[in-house]
Amino acid sequence: MTLGVTMSEPVILDTLAPPATEAEIINVGLLSAARIGARGVIARVSAFEGALPAAELERRLLELGFVEGATVEVLEEGLFGRDPIAVRLDDMRVAIRRREAAAIQIRFDPKGDA
Amino acid sequence: MTDTALAPTRLALVGNPNSGKTALFNALTGSRQKVANYAGVTVERKEGVLTSPSGRVIQVIDLPGTYSLRARSPDEAVTRDAVLGRLAGETPPDVIVCVADATNLRLVLRLALELKQVGRPFVLALNMFDIAQRQGLRIDLEGLSREIGAPIVTTVATRKRGIEELVARAEALADTMPVGENVWHEPSAAEIRHAHAEAQRILKAHVRPPERPDTWTSRIDSVLLHPVGGLLILSAVMFIMFQAVFAWATPVADLIEAGFTWLGGAVATVTPEGLLRSLLVDGLIAGVGSVLVFLPQILTVFFFILLLEDSGYMARAAFLMDRIMGAAGLHGRAFIPLLSSHACAIPGVMAARVIDQKHDRLTTILIAPLMTCSARIPVYTLIIGALIPRTTVWGFLNLQGLVMFGLYAAGILSGLVVATVIRTAFWRSASEPFMMELPTYRWPDPENVARNLMQRGMIFINRAGRIILPLMVLVWVLSTFPYPPEGATGPAIDYSFAGMIGHFIQPLLAPIGFNWQMSIALVPGMAAREVAVAALGTVYAVGNVDGAGQATLASILHTQWSLATGLSFLAWYVFAPQCVATLGVVKRETNGWLWPAVMFGYMFTLAYLASLATYWSAVALGWG
Repeated sequence: MTLGVTMSEPVILDTLAPPATEAEIINVGLLSAARIGARGVIARVSAFEGALPAAELERRLLELGFVEGATVEVLEEGLFGRDPIAVRLDDMRVAIRRREAAAIQIRFDPKGDA
Repeated sequence: MTDTALAPTRLALVGNPNSGKTALFNALTGSRQKVANYAGVTVERKEGVLTSPSGRVIQVIDLPGTYSLRARSPDEAVTRDAVLGRLAGETPPDVIVCVADATNLRLVLRLALELKQVGRPFVLALNMFDIAQRQGLRIDLEGLSREIGAPIVTTVATRKRGIEELVARAEALADTMPVGENVWHEPSAAEIRHAHAEAQRILKAHVRPPERPDTWTSRIDSVLLHPVGGLLILSAVMFIMFQAVFAWATPVADLIEAGFTWLGGAVATVTPEGLLRSLLVDGLIAGVGSVLVFLPQILTVFFFILLLEDSGYMARAAFLMDRIMGAAGLHGRAFIPLLSSHACAIPGVMAARVIDQKHDRLTTILIAPLMTCSARIPVYTLIIGALIPRTTVWGFLNLQGLVMFGLYAAGILSGLVVATVIRTAFWRSASEPFMMELPTYRWPDPENVARNLMQRGMIFINRAGRIILPLMVLVWVLSTFPYPPEGATGPAIDYSFAGMIGHFIQPLLAPIGFNWQMSIALVPGMAAREVAVAALGTVYAVGNVDGAGQATLASILHTQWSLATGLSFLAWYVFAPQCVATLGVVKRETNGWLWPAVMFGYMFTLAYLASLATYWSAVALGWG
């Protein structure tokens, strides 16, 4: 299955756009659960109430480039609890704790090791 | 344009972190810089001056890096307020220079779109353009300039390329472009998304992705961020840094100390015996020496920090340590200040500025003096040598070494506990998420490192020195006046204010097993921890405690102190804020007396409680 999305040509998806096919639903998951090598496209950023108010966390994630349509790939994991994770986010690298990564929904590339 | 000749044109540099903004600032202003603090906040204000080829005086101000004008930290609030012209006591900038890493344009384009809303004239500086070219990145400068509505200049700050053109463009903007209406407001999530989409569209239309993208960063990361290997490498880097402080800085510090002792001796021979000589030699020269003696350690620690920051490794170190430090509620970046504090709390406290978040930084500063600094070593060595038997336990462990290890461990553990208490009791709601960019690896620019290193040194001497020196003189006054009466038999210090204070607080210290000699030694010992050894020498009338004197003092302590008293004294030195220089630096770094007062209060309380518990446990064990 191809998503029509490659690393070099990210597309901007509507925030609430439903997945196109049933196969894609299977591949949707949270970045917080992803392992090394998993890659895909951000389907939705929706923060939860935590250390920061949800709206604030959402804006911070967006400002750092975690935005719908951006490509992500998990590059590295920390030693303890595989936390935090280092991800490639479009053409930059970002470190994030899994706790905050739970706000990011990914449509994983099936070729990846999701 | 007579008015421009009178008032200098003001340029403000705004950009993402790691965009080479500071390198550009250095390229623009050279050595004509000054570093101060913004009024009321601990954010550093860097300003420089240059004269353009046309003879105009231009003031450049380097604002803290940010991804958005929507401020999330005190640093970013300064950037926002400066850009919007809201900063108290500052005139708004005439032209904003938006500094971009040409190889990483996505996020800075969104920032540029925000700047556009502010309505002030701005120019986009595409920095590190040489790297972009090497990677085969194609940027349609004209199209990009049209889209963002601002002129674009390509620069290579580290090689001073494009600087003249940047200045010329900024001058032209200042002269011709009127200040537009400010329509900026804090963007909502939907607006940020929209701006991202807009930036993405612009990027796609005018920037062709690199033909030869940087692959080194990923390759290096796969080694340096390896869960096990990465931590081993980090330990090695930290070990080298720690060694350097002891191996390089300590001899220089000793040399400075010896130099000032020599100077004091020389001055003593040419001044008449009396108050003036004592003030010059024991007060001023010793005081200045005690400030400068910290410089080698500060410079060594900051040399490593600057290399780690400029190369991009600092963010990786924070990544590797985040989970470990996070267990105590600390930021991953707190690791380096706390490690430095094992050499000396002063560079450690100063190094805490690598932490962006205010509360994380304050917590780190507050626990930094709990780490076992090198000034405690003489105290520990003296007491352990005098009172702990040199026996072997469990067949292979040296008991003295074990106690020494225990003292180090007590410092680290109590630091982590205090940090946890501070976080949970006071700042629970302010816990910051850990997310940050892992910048592309780069070779540090030697000029940049040298300039920043010099600035750190000057800041310490100018700012902290001004606080430390008077405090040192105060300690001298307390230990010197009044003079002993004619025919006095005891040591002179016994008759001084320090002696009076020592006798006065002795009842307070009796429950923790301190005798009056110890109580007195604590007063001059406020100057620095190791001074307590010399002070004990004075009180016990040993004279010079170097070399043989130390052994004499140790044998006196061996006969006069009980083991319980010795252990209590050790426990005291794990916690007590016996160092006015640290308090002075904390005052400078936090911009007020509140936090040094809090530090002083909590550390004395802990010291007293720890000594109390230690003394009575030891007495109960029959060691009284």
